Parts: sequence; structure tokens; C-alpha cells
Amino acid sequence: MNRKILREGGHHLAMWAVALVMVLPFLWLLSSSLKTPEQVFSKEVDFIPDPIVWTNYTKSFEYMPVLLYTRNTVLITLLCTIGYLTSGSLVAYAFARIQWPGRDFLFIVLLATMMLPPQVTIVPLFVIFRHLGWIDTYYPLVVPSFLTGWPFFIFLLRQFFLSVPTELSEAAKVDGASHFQIYSRIILPLSKPALAVVAVFSFLLHWNDFFGPLIYLADDSKFTLALGLAVFKSNHPSEWGILMAVSALMLIPTILVFFFCQKYFVEGINLTGLKG
Amino acid sequence: MRNKRLSREGRREALTGFLFASPWLVGFLVFGLVPILLSMYYSLCRYDVLRPPMFIGLENYRYLFTESSTFYKSIYNTLYYTVFRVPLVVLGSLLLAMLVERQRPGVNVVRTIYYLPSIVSGVALSVIWLWMYNPQHGLVNEGLRAIGIATPPLWLESETWSKPAMILMGLWSIGGGRMIVFIAGLNGIPRHLYESAEIDGAGWWVRFRHITIPQISSILFLLTITEIITSFQVFTEAYIMTNGGPVDSTLFYNLELYNKAFLDYEMGLASALAWILFVGTLLVTLFLFKVVGSRVYYEAAKPE
Repeated sequence: MNRKILREGGHHLAMWAVALVMVLPFLWLLSSSLKTPEQVFSKEVDFIPDPIVWTNYTKSFEYMPVLLYTRNTVLITLLCTIGYLTSGSLVAYAFARIQWPGRDFLFIVLLATMMLPPQVTIVPLFVIFRHLGWIDTYYPLVVPSFLTGWPFFIFLLRQFFLSVPTELSEAAKVDGASHFQIYSRIILPLSKPALAVVAVFSFLLHWNDFFGPLIYLADDSKFTLALGLAVFKSNHPSEWGILMAVSALMLIPTILVFFFCQKYFVEGINLTGLKG
Repeated sequence: MRNKRLSREGRREALTGFLFASPWLVGFLVFGLVPILLSMYYSLCRYDVLRPPMFIGLENYRYLFTESSTFYKSIYNTLYYTVFRVPLVVLGSLLLAMLVERQRPGVNVVRTIYYLPSIVSGVALSVIWLWMYNPQHGLVNEGLRAIGIATPPLWLESETWSKPAMILMGLWSIGGGRMIVFIAGLNGIPRHLYESAEIDGAGWWVRFRHITIPQISSILFLLTITEIITSFQVFTEAYIMTNGGPVDSTLFYNLELYNKAFLDYEMGLASALAWILFVGTLLVTLFLFKVVGSRVYYEAAKPE
């Protein structure tokens, strides 16, 4: 019995020790963002700055148009999410609930495109968008999502739609409902969890996206937070206080989404069928 | 055959299907198939975007394999990164999952804490760790000095330590999806296996090696493959933290590709690089499926 208690205690100790290590970078980020440059470069390690100063946050708004970049990032993220939810759910419905020639073959094609490394299409896409005159606009970042740019989401939604009982849609069909009515009145309302998973993943994907804005945006008034932070970092490589303040600001929405939508993170992973 | 027998209703159904699927059909053509074909063609051309592509056959490939000074370096760096990062990250997330696998007081809070770092990514992640690794004032070296290491590494500013630094920072993010998948896998192992092993006097390591590992081998295998593929594609960290330096020690494959495409405007060369990466990834994946894959599934399926 004693050994069991000892083992349990050891386990708890290990569990919390690792948790502490995981938290340290967050604390370090937060505390650095609340320090003056003198404190940042002092010899002692202080997690609680003395005094706590907010100047890095106020200064970050002077050095870089944080609000504008936030607005830009929100706009792109929102549009992309709407794109995935609308086009993705329509296509997923086609693959899950409609009989059409070539469907099963095309589904394999869709799975294959999930495996294709994005690098293969980077150059031609850049060339295509350039011909369309879309460089330095949001079109290259947003339009693909309305054409289901991320096949993984279709896959995820299709798997979920397949699990919705067919009795409901069969009954509706007998009553003369069209596919669009079944899709919008039965399938979508029953698939809120899966749609939420797509929304959460899409948010994370685009809020943090760097490569897209890096190659397509040129005018600094169109930058996203990620690109703005990267450019600020290369122009002011030792302004650690401000860099940490901007990073913290950028993290806040992500952390909020995480806390409010925690169950969808886990659900999303289970939905993909990677349960083993 | 079936098409001939399609009734009016069947044709309507098919048309509706195409309509519903049309966003993807168009997207696949415009952002998938056409770019893939173009990319193949560009890889056989000299192309700087401003002038039309000029066909030069296999010249890009010949140049990369025989003349380029950075091609092999970037492959070496990427393989180094992958070979050390993948086992660390996969085993690390397994160990993390084992810590929080069973219900215990406080376990839900700890799981949340483990998960949280994994949602930090891209530029923010790179900037935070750049500061963590700062040789004079970063938390990592402050910590190392506190435990008596007087001259800790210069990390990202050192040719030797830059890659290990980028590999080790990956350990901060292991508590995400990978951990969740392992928790689900571990919970799926029948308890009686452990109980009977314990009665037989099997120690911790024996149980881990002969029950846990075989039971979750399919998850281990799939995660290893996805992890290899993502490691091959490392970009943002290197771009932000070191821009490939010092002395090209973090010039990873994708950074090389980006430089060729968007700094030098050598679109043909960049396309060739992309295809080499694609074929390389494919070969590695097929090799693993052939050599390891068959054994994994057999072992995993047996105890059921």
C-alpha cells in the first residue's frame, strides 16, 4: 500500500513539474513584456517585474499599426472561415449524400491532394495570381478558401455527414424536400460540432499564417499581425519588450478561442479518425 | 453502362451532385491540377516571371545536383533536423500522454496546460523562442547558468547549436493533437493486459516495451510519418529566427526553395526543388510503409 502511495505521489510530482516547464515560456513572455529595457537586460532573472510597466504595450501601438493589422487579420481569417464553412459543407454533402458519376474516384483524388506538399504549387500559384493582377490584394489569401482550398476540411465534414442518420433525410425526401433543403435544414443544424471544429482550425490556420501574407502582400498597410510582427522584428531586433508585447497581444485571441472551444480541439482530432 | 439507364430523376441527382461539388471541382482544377502541371513544366524552364519561361530541359536538375553550393547543404540540414526532431517529438508526446492518461485529481488542468503551447505557432512562436534563446539574457541560458553551467551555448548564434536549438524548442509544442491521439490510444489498451503482467512480476520497462508499445504501434507509426513530412517542410522558424544562418547552418530545404523563388526569382529552379522534395517525401513514406508498416499493423491487430 505504501509503495502505491509513493508511486502516486511521484506521478503527481512529475506531472506538475512538466506542467511548470510548459508554463515558463508564457510567464517569461508576459514578464518581459512588462519590463523596461533596463530590466529586460538586467543580470537577474525576475519573473515579476519591479515595477510593472505597460509602456511596451503603448509603444507597440506607436511603432506599428497594431489595430489596423488586427483588423486585416480578422478580416482575412473571417472570410476564409466563411469560405471553408460554405463551400466545404456543400462539397462534403455532395460526397456524403448525393449519388453522382465519378464521385468515389474524385474522392480518392481529393484524398491524394491532401498528401501533396504545398511547395509543389507555390510557384505556379504565384504566377497565376500575378497574371490575374492579384498580387498585393487579399484575393490570393481568401478566394481559395471559397473554392475549398483545404481539402482536409471536406474530408472532416464528409466523415461527420456520413454519421448523420439517413432516416431523417429519407423522410424529408419522401415529403418532397430537395437536396438543398435537406442540406440546409437537416444536415447543417445537426453538424454544428463538426462545423465548429472547422471554424476553430481555420481560425488557428489563418490567424497565424505567415507564408501567404509574406509572398502576396507588399504594401505595409495591408499586412497581417504575423507579417507585421516579422517585419518589426527584422527592423528592431533588440526591442525585446515591445516584441514580447506584440506577441502577447497576438496570442490573446488564440488563447481565448482555445479556452472557449476546448472540446472542439479534442473532437476535431477524434473526427479525423486518428484514434488508432 | 449505368449512365444509359439513368432515369430523369437519376440525371437530376447527378447534376445536383456536380453542382454541390462544383466549388471543389473548380478549386481542384485552378489551384490543384493546373498548378501541378505548370510546376512540372516550369521545372524544365528558365523562368524569372518577367519574361516568358524558356525551355531548358533537365538543366535545373543538373545544376542542383552537380553545381549548386547550397542544395546539398539544405538537404543535410533538413535531414539532421528531421532525424533528431521526429523521435524526440513522437516519444516526448507519448511520455506526456502517459503522465495524464488516467483520471487523477488535477489531470484536466494539467492536460490543458500541456496543450496550450501547441496553439502558439509561426511568427509568435519564433519570436518568443528567439528571446528564450538569447545568449546573454534569455531564460534558457539564465537557467543553465543558475545550475552552474558558466558558459552555456550561444544557441541560434552558433553554427553548432542552431539546429539543436530549433529541434529542442519543438518539445514545447508536443502536448497538442499528438498527445490527445496518444491518450485515446493508451485508454484503448485493455487493462487486464497490464494486470496480468504485473501479477507475473513484469516491471515498468517490460510492460512499456511489451504491452504499451505494440498496442499503440499503429499510432506511433502514423505519427512518425506525418511528423517526418512536416519536418521536411520547416520554414517559418528558420526564416524568422536565423534566416538560414549562421553560415547556412539552418538553411533548410524550404528556405532554400523560398530564396530561389522569391529572392532570386529563379522560378524554374524553385519548381525543380519542389519536385525533388515531393519525390523524396514520397520515397521515404513508401519505404517506411514497406519496411515498418506491415509489421506495425500485424502487431497492433494481434492482441485484439
